[in-house]
Amino acid sequence: MIARWFHRRGWSDMVIGLPYVWLLIFFLIPFLIVVGMSFATRTSTAPPFGFGGENPLINLTGYARLFTDTLYIRAFVTSLTNAAGAMVLCLLIGYPMALGLTRVDRGWRNILLMLVILPFWTSFLLRVYAWMGLMGSNSWFNKLLTGAWNWVVPQAWDVANVPLMHSNFAVVLVMVYTYLPFMILPLYANLERLDPTLDEAAMDLGSRPFAVFRDVTLPQSIPGIIAGGMLVFIPAAGELVIPTLVGDSSSPMIGRVISDEFSSARDWPMASAVAVALLILMVGPMMVYSRFEARAQARERSE
Amino acid sequence: MKRSNTFLLTLLGFGFAFFYVPILSMIVYSFNGSRLATVWGGFSTKWYATLLSNTQVGKALWLSLEIALLSSTIATILGTMAGIALARFTKFRGRTLFSGLVTAPLVMPEVITGISSLIFFILIAQYVGWPSSRGFTTVTLAHITFSMVFVTTIVQSRMLSADRAIEEAAMDLGARPWQVLRDVTLPVIAPAILSGWLLAFTISMDDVVITNFTTGPGTTTLPILIWSKVKLGVTPDINALATLIVLTVGLCVLAAGVMMSRAERRAERDRRMAYRTNE
Repeated sequence: MIARWFHRRGWSDMVIGLPYVWLLIFFLIPFLIVVGMSFATRTSTAPPFGFGGENPLINLTGYARLFTDTLYIRAFVTSLTNAAGAMVLCLLIGYPMALGLTRVDRGWRNILLMLVILPFWTSFLLRVYAWMGLMGSNSWFNKLLTGAWNWVVPQAWDVANVPLMHSNFAVVLVMVYTYLPFMILPLYANLERLDPTLDEAAMDLGSRPFAVFRDVTLPQSIPGIIAGGMLVFIPAAGELVIPTLVGDSSSPMIGRVISDEFSSARDWPMASAVAVALLILMVGPMMVYSRFEARAQARERSE
Repeated sequence: MKRSNTFLLTLLGFGFAFFYVPILSMIVYSFNGSRLATVWGGFSTKWYATLLSNTQVGKALWLSLEIALLSSTIATILGTMAGIALARFTKFRGRTLFSGLVTAPLVMPEVITGISSLIFFILIAQYVGWPSSRGFTTVTLAHITFSMVFVTTIVQSRMLSADRAIEEAAMDLGARPWQVLRDVTLPVIAPAILSGWLLAFTISMDDVVITNFTTGPGTTTLPILIWSKVKLGVTPDINALATLIVLTVGLCVLAAGVMMSRAERRAERDRRMAYRTNE
């Protein structure tokens, strides 16, 4: 009896149902709770929220504060500019690296690719930590930079050390460092598939190398640029660890604001409202990314 | 062509320097004799001795391994099921929601996943009475949830690129759908399942943000231990710990890479042999 049920539809129901129910309970419901929480009113009870008082059920003061309190506006601006900066720098560094990887001969290429992926497998936290060691005012790296700076600029601008730590620049630098593989790998996958005979044809027709790059390679690599860009931008905008460790605490990023509202201020409705606002901002980039991903997958299947 | 290649290869060299100089600097400074983490004070291995005598680190590492083993195994089972479901069952009720649920955790900022899991656990503890305290169980549940979708992505793309003709042949020979899955599909996607498990394991071992929100007093994983120390600044014993972790992971990845490329070459040779005998 059970065996017959299992063979007819039981196994397929199980294969679909188990992960479905799991994600409903442990992902969708918590997420819906956060969305609901963003309309709640903060109270001094435990847990610190309720749906009553002056604004029963739907309380929009959290969302109103997003547009009036400069803390949130500044946090959103800082997050978006830092993430955009990291994305652009990753592209500028990652593109030549990905293109360079396609010009290395096969045997070396696999080793170099592994060297790109290797930092990704080691601890994220420790990669951030490695930069904390480099950026501190007493480190050899900072002394090197200070020396170079003092040598270049007029004496009046001399500094004792370059203030690297606890700045937005440090945040962008470390984000570039930790997310660079996310840019290189999709770009490499894209550039590797390009037909080298097109380059040669352009060359034979008299194009200079840079013109070949601009007119032939670059237009064909736009899907890779978008995939890599979104893979850097999306996690960078919501980053919490990097700004906490190397960032400027007087101009926090949005991840830090959410975490502080939740833990230190114990204002769950406000933390939820900020989280929902962040998600709404990220929907655009996410949709661009998933559209290009779907198209790339469809192309792969058709090949 | 030649000149532009030299230019690109130089940039590639600088890029790799950017990747590895910070890590190498950290490794060198783990052998620093000075108490000040960034000022060189002669060669010494005393921080490794300090580290080894610290029982906290060992305990945290053990806890991390337990959570990672348990969560990645369950995540692999659930994630593989979801991958098979999405790749093979094109029509079932709620498929759109399901595929959304599988993609959303991939792009969801970790802070939001962390906070929503924490609120969820607090509320069900309040109204259902379970889990009575946050710790091992809640961390493992959260890890399963956000790492299973990575397994799904890998398994699904392998399923989509796999040759369906073999499955159809098995079906024509009278195998039931369940038997086809067990005897044909699963062996074909086994490498994808293995890499999914490895990824889920690494994600769990590495996670700070979500663990930080879902853990409770007394449950300190290795990343949480490092996180609480690193927030206070650079210390030589963390340099030593980081060196050990980076070297261990690096050697494992290198070994896995070499083994995989060898297996690939062997498969390639077998395929060529098979074609030749067929001719």
